[in-house]
Parts: sequence; structure tokens; C-alpha cells
Amino acid sequence: MSLTGTDTRNVLLATLGFGVCALLPFADTGYWLGLGVTIAMFTALATSWALFSGPTHYISLATAAFFGVGTYVTGLGIETLPFWALVGLAGLIGAGLAALVGLATLRLSGVYFVIFTLGLAELVRQVITWVQNNTGQKGLYVLTDLDEAGIYWWLLGLCAAVFLTGWLIGRSRLGFALRIIGDDEIVAAHSGINTARAKILLFMVPGAVAAMTGAILAPRYVYIEPSLAFAPILSFQVVIMALLGGASRLWGPVVGVIPFTFLLETVSSNFPNQTTLVIGVAFLVIVYLLPNGFVGLLDKVLHRTKANEVT
Amino acid sequence: MTNHVLSLRGVTKRFGGLVAVNAMNFDVAEHEVVGLLGPNGSGKSTTLNLISGALPLTAGNVSLWGSRISGLPAQTINRKGVSRTFQLVRLLPSMNVRDNVVVGAVFGHRRRWGHDANEHAEKLLERVGLGGKGDMSLGQLTYIDTKRVELARTLASDPKVLLLDEWLAGLNPTELQIGINLIKSLRDEGRTIILVEHVMDAIRSLCDRCVVMAAGTKIAEGTPTQVLSDKKVITAYLGDDDA
Amino acid sequence: MDILITGILLGGTYALIAMGLNLQYGVARIMNLANGEVLVAGGYFAFIAYTSTQLSPVLTIFVVAPIAFGLNWLIYVLMLQPLVSRAKNRGQLERDSILATFGLSFIGVGLMLSFFGGDYFSYSFLAVPVELLGNTYGANRVLSFVMAVVICGALYLWLNRSRAGLAIRAIATAPASARLVGIDVKNLSALAFALGGAVTAVGGALISTYLTLDASTGVVFTLKALIIVIMGGVGDVRGTIVAALLLGVLETVVASLLDPGLTLAAAYVMFLGILLFRPQGLFGKKVT
Repeated sequence: MSLTGTDTRNVLLATLGFGVCALLPFADTGYWLGLGVTIAMFTALATSWALFSGPTHYISLATAAFFGVGTYVTGLGIETLPFWALVGLAGLIGAGLAALVGLATLRLSGVYFVIFTLGLAELVRQVITWVQNNTGQKGLYVLTDLDEAGIYWWLLGLCAAVFLTGWLIGRSRLGFALRIIGDDEIVAAHSGINTARAKILLFMVPGAVAAMTGAILAPRYVYIEPSLAFAPILSFQVVIMALLGGASRLWGPVVGVIPFTFLLETVSSNFPNQTTLVIGVAFLVIVYLLPNGFVGLLDKVLHRTKANEVT
Repeated sequence: MTNHVLSLRGVTKRFGGLVAVNAMNFDVAEHEVVGLLGPNGSGKSTTLNLISGALPLTAGNVSLWGSRISGLPAQTINRKGVSRTFQLVRLLPSMNVRDNVVVGAVFGHRRRWGHDANEHAEKLLERVGLGGKGDMSLGQLTYIDTKRVELARTLASDPKVLLLDEWLAGLNPTELQIGINLIKSLRDEGRTIILVEHVMDAIRSLCDRCVVMAAGTKIAEGTPTQVLSDKKVITAYLGDDDA
Repeated sequence: MDILITGILLGGTYALIAMGLNLQYGVARIMNLANGEVLVAGGYFAFIAYTSTQLSPVLTIFVVAPIAFGLNWLIYVLMLQPLVSRAKNRGQLERDSILATFGLSFIGVGLMLSFFGGDYFSYSFLAVPVELLGNTYGANRVLSFVMAVVICGALYLWLNRSRAGLAIRAIATAPASARLVGIDVKNLSALAFALGGAVTAVGGALISTYLTLDASTGVVFTLKALIIVIMGGVGDVRGTIVAALLLGVLETVVASLLDPGLTLAAAYVMFLGILLFRPQGLFGKKVT
């Protein structure tokens, strides 16, 4: 494996970008850092989501389920294990859970997958609530000395890991196999690709990342209860951000995360009852106006200017 | 049994009440070119789909070098060295010509990756007559060239058995001659080939043996000259009496 | 026994809702994820009609049905047909229609939230006990069940006996061939989608007589309807009814013996079983 000139440039630029982002807590520890945490969280979630859904075109709504499982890993283990071990453990559990979901649904058509993941968060939530009711436990307290800046750096590190993973997958046989599956699954199978295995392997990435994100953010909630940890709206926000930016490129989702976070922030602080309406409209905008996201729009514009230069 | 590369025994496919392929038996020897003939709808392409694993069998079995391959998923059959083209050309629209060929080289029977795979693809493009067109997008190709790309992809995994589904259909006389020579050269380098074909010139000059199907059943088997003069075959193609 | 009958009564209404979705998915090929919001809207309508004018929900459905029909027809023609015509393949249409109907679903919730607020709504209609086989059940539940049976029966007869029904079944089986024999696929798809919406809204009006709803419960019903449709088999009326009754009974069993908070989880376990062992549906023929 060798790096070309552009690769080296991209790596340097990305490192520089992350370096600059890491300085945020020194500039502000209030509103902007809070926003930074939200953006970093959604960047990790949406980028890993697009790693799977971009090439395969499957729409996963399982983010909230994995995220919730991650917060519970931290909530249950914070007394006994160090924080870093909990984040790692959440990643493993998330990946395992994703593999199980994938085994059950990814051999079938996309509709089954959407429906199954749509209710997954609710399923886990109901089971946890039931267990808690029967054991007399209510919620969980997560008390750590991790402050907002610490959480932010953890998330930033996770984002870096997601980008690195995405970049490596893009260069690997697995990444190539997924591009083929996205184009024509029959050709993929007849070219010797185990399509189900490739899809399940890739689905484990967003599963692990979402669970790790949940584990990292658990200390921020302080008190964890099922309806908070498994809020289904999270899954939808991730889908919108990733598709708004464009799932066809590694950096696409970030382009959607930043404006949409600001939009939701503005709407929820000024018109708190209208967030669902905004999410609904965002879906329609994606389908009817930006089918390939901002990235697709950019490609189109570049293509046109290039064509104009030639003629 | 000894040098049969591929054997079909009682291969049957039912779609609901319709029997598309009915108890087909035939063998293919090493380095042989076998033509699968028959009128439209006689089950030729379905038979090919059953061999390549695109469709599961209702009954019977297909074996490769004496070991059963029916029931295996398409990707496993491909990795064992059976590779195919499709009746309606299937290429990957998001990739350029070279990458479409690389696809075949990366995951199949004989695996290559990176520089090696690219170089291999380039060689195959040259061979099918598309040298220097690797960077083109599929939209820039003519119909014939898309067929060439598909053949190159099929060859990229270095398959032992090639299944060609009407690969010569729609070529003009010059192209047809080039196509026939190409397939001949594939056999000469030791590959075994089954082709579904309607073009009689190609069948006469290429096939060592032919299997003729009608309504899902084998009605004749033999050299091209034998089967093409067989009364049953003529009836199947032209109908009764008025022949 | 008591549980069984309560389950069947619940399942009857589920069957109605799932029939609506099945018409939309089986014929118009749109997996309508805003189905639950149509149901809740039907419920709201019945609620308002009853609390403001004392109009019986049994009569309200005759108002709800045409309104829902018209609204769904407009949605199909204006928003979904363009997706059908631009889709290059089945997968793209699936993806587009899932995203678009999610959008509609959220907009529906948003609109209902801003008009009616987020509170639960319920009203007391026919909340008198009736006796059936030695046990008592709410008269509203029994009435809803009877209405559901009547409507399902009428739909079944219409699909199997009428000319339009035959055409609709043809589209469900083979849309491309249906066009070749002169069936107006475009208009009939719109008709099926609108009809499905009307059936669902009527189901909502009926269910509101005995269940408490709020603006955001729609998604739960969407999920249940989806599970029923997949379990029963797409385009299969008989399968839908059996699956709906099964789900109704299962939910009642879990709610009364285990915990009412686990009903959806139970439905899910059943769904998982279907996915693993019979993805073609209960009565679907195995594609070999």
C-alpha cells in the first residue's frame, strides 16, 4: 500500500483540521463548546452511517438503538471499569448487535431492513424498561470527572477514527466490493463476492461507532433513563444529515451535519414545537431537491463549469 | 466421469406451475465448446442460470470436476472457476471501463489486487479489442464494446469454465468473425466453454458438440451438423408439417 | 378464552389498518410510512366530531373515508407519482418513497402537534359492557370489530368479483404485464393508494372509540401494520387478516400475562421469526 501525492496532502489537511478543531475548548467553554459537542457527535454518527448506506443504499434507522446501548454500557459499568474500557466495550457490543441485525435482515430486500431498524430502538427500550421495572431499578446515575471539554475531545478522537476507517475501507477490497454491490448485486455475486458477508461486515462499523458515541456522551446526561437514551428521533436526524450532505463521499455527511445542527438549534430555541415539522420538510427537500445531497450539487456545478470551459 | 468438467443430472426448474427446465442431462468435457441451442423460451438461459447459481434448482444436480456445485451460492461457484456473461449486458455504471474489468479480477477464481489487478485488466482489454479505452466511461461505448467489457470482466478471474449467454448476438459480420476468433482462442488456451447461441455461423465454426432444447427438455445432442439435420430439431424450430 | 376474544377483537381493527397499507404497497408499490399518521388523523376527526356534535363514529366514517380518499389521492398524484416515473429501478423507488413518506409522516405529526397539542385524546363512546361467551367486553370494541369485518369483507368481494378489482390484482401481480393488456396502471395505482388511505383513516376512527391516541402514536401503528403486511404476504388479503388476528392475540396475551409495556417487543419477536423462517409471508409461495 502506497500513498500518492494527493493522499499525503489529504492526510495532512485532515490532521490540520482536527488540530484546529481540538483547540475549541480553549476558546470557549459555554455555548460554542456545547455546539461543538453536538456537531462532533453527529459527524461521527452520520459519517459512519454513510459508510454503510452510501454504497449499499440501505437506510438504517438503528442509530438510536446502538447509541442507547452504548449509554447503558457506560451507565452500568462506570463504577467498575475505566472509561476508556467502557467505550471500547460499547464498540464491541454495538458491532456484535449490528452483526445480529444484519444476519437477520440484510439477506432480504431493503424494505425489511428499514422496518426492522425502525422499531429496534423501541424494542430495546421496552425490554430495558421492563427489566428495570422488575428489578425495581429506575434510572442510572453516571458520575465522572469528565467535563464537556473531555467529552468533546473523546468525540473528536472518535471522528478521526471514523474518517481513518472510512478512508482505509475505501482503499480495501471490502470497499471495492461494496461499490459493486451498490451498482449491481447480481454482478457482484457472479464476480465471486459474498454479498451478505460484505454488507454485514460494513454494517458493524456504524453499529460500533453509534454505541461508542453513546458511551462517550453518557456522562453528559448524568442521569440515564430508557426514553432519553433510546430517543428514536436521533436515527432520523442522522439519516437527514448524512443524505443532506451526500453519502457518496467520505466528507459528504459533515457538509450536512454543520448547517442542519445550526438549523435545528435555531428552530428548537425559537419554535420548540416545530422541530418535527422541520425534520419532515428536510426529508422532502432531500428527496425532491437534493437527491444526491450537497456533494451531488457541487459535482453538478463543477461538471457544468468544466463543460463550459471546454466549449 | 473421468474428464467431465461439468455434468448435469436431472436438472429441473419449476416456476410455479411452469416447468422451465425438465430433467436435463449432459456432460461437458475439458477444452470442449458446447453450444446450447433451441427456440426462444426453450429454457437455455434458465439452464445457464442454474449452472451459474443465479437461480436455485428445483431438482437434480450440477457437478464440477465430479463435485456437486448446485445449491451453492453464485459467488462460491464463481470462485470455483465458473464465470459467465449475461444475456442483457450487465455492467457497473458508476465505474469506468477498466474498473469494470478489475471487478472480475479481485474476487473471483484467481485473485489479484491493486497494481496487479489493473495491469491484468489492461491486458484483457487489449485482448478483447478495447486497448487504451480503460479510462472511458461506459456511456461512451458502443453496444458491441459493452459486450467486450463484460467478456473481459468474465475472463479476469481466469475461469476454467465460461458460460456465454448470446454473447455473439447483435454483432455485424466483421465483428462476428472477430468474436468467433476470440472465443476460439479462449478454447485454445484450455478453457471449457458453454454458449447459448442463435447465430448458426458461429455454432458451425465453434461448437464441438451441441445440446438442443425445446420446451425445457433436451431433444437432441451431437455435432452441429448432426443436430442441425435432426428432424426433431427442425420441427422444434419451424413447426410441424409445413417445414 | 377471555384473552383470545379480546385479542381477536383488537386484531379485527388491525386487519383493517393493514389492509389499507397492503393496498398501497401491494398495488401502488409505495411503502407508506405515513400510514399511522393517516390513522391518527382519522381518530382526531372522530374525536372532534363526537365531542363537538355528538356525531357517532359509526357515521363519522362516512365523512372520514371520502376526505381521506381525496387527500391520499392528491398526495399520490402530486408527490409520489413523480417518484415512480423518475425511478430507474425498484430499489430506487423503494428508497425514495421511504424517505418521502417519512417526510410526510413527520409533517403530519408536526401539523397535528401544532393544531391539537401533544396531549392524549379519548372520548367515551358506547363504553358499556356486552356479554360474549360468558365474559364482558366493551361494546365499542365489539362494534369496531363488526365494522372492520364488514369493511374487510366488502373489500375482499370487490377485489375478487369486480372488474376494477381484477385489474388491481393484476397490477399487484405483474405491473409491467398489466400495462400490456390495457390496464391503466397509473390511475388504478392512484386509486388503490387513495383507497388504502381511506381504509386506514376509517380504521383510525374506529380504533379511537376504545384506544387512547396522541399526535405521535402514529408510528407505532405504522410499524404494526408493516409487520402484519409482511407476515401476511404483500397483496394477500387472507394472509393479512390471519396475521392481524395473530398479532392482536399475541399482544393481548403478552399485555395481560407479562407486561403491557412489552407489546411492541412481542410483535417484533414475531416479526423476527418471520424474517428468519418465512420471509415470503405466512401463505406466500416459496420462490424457488
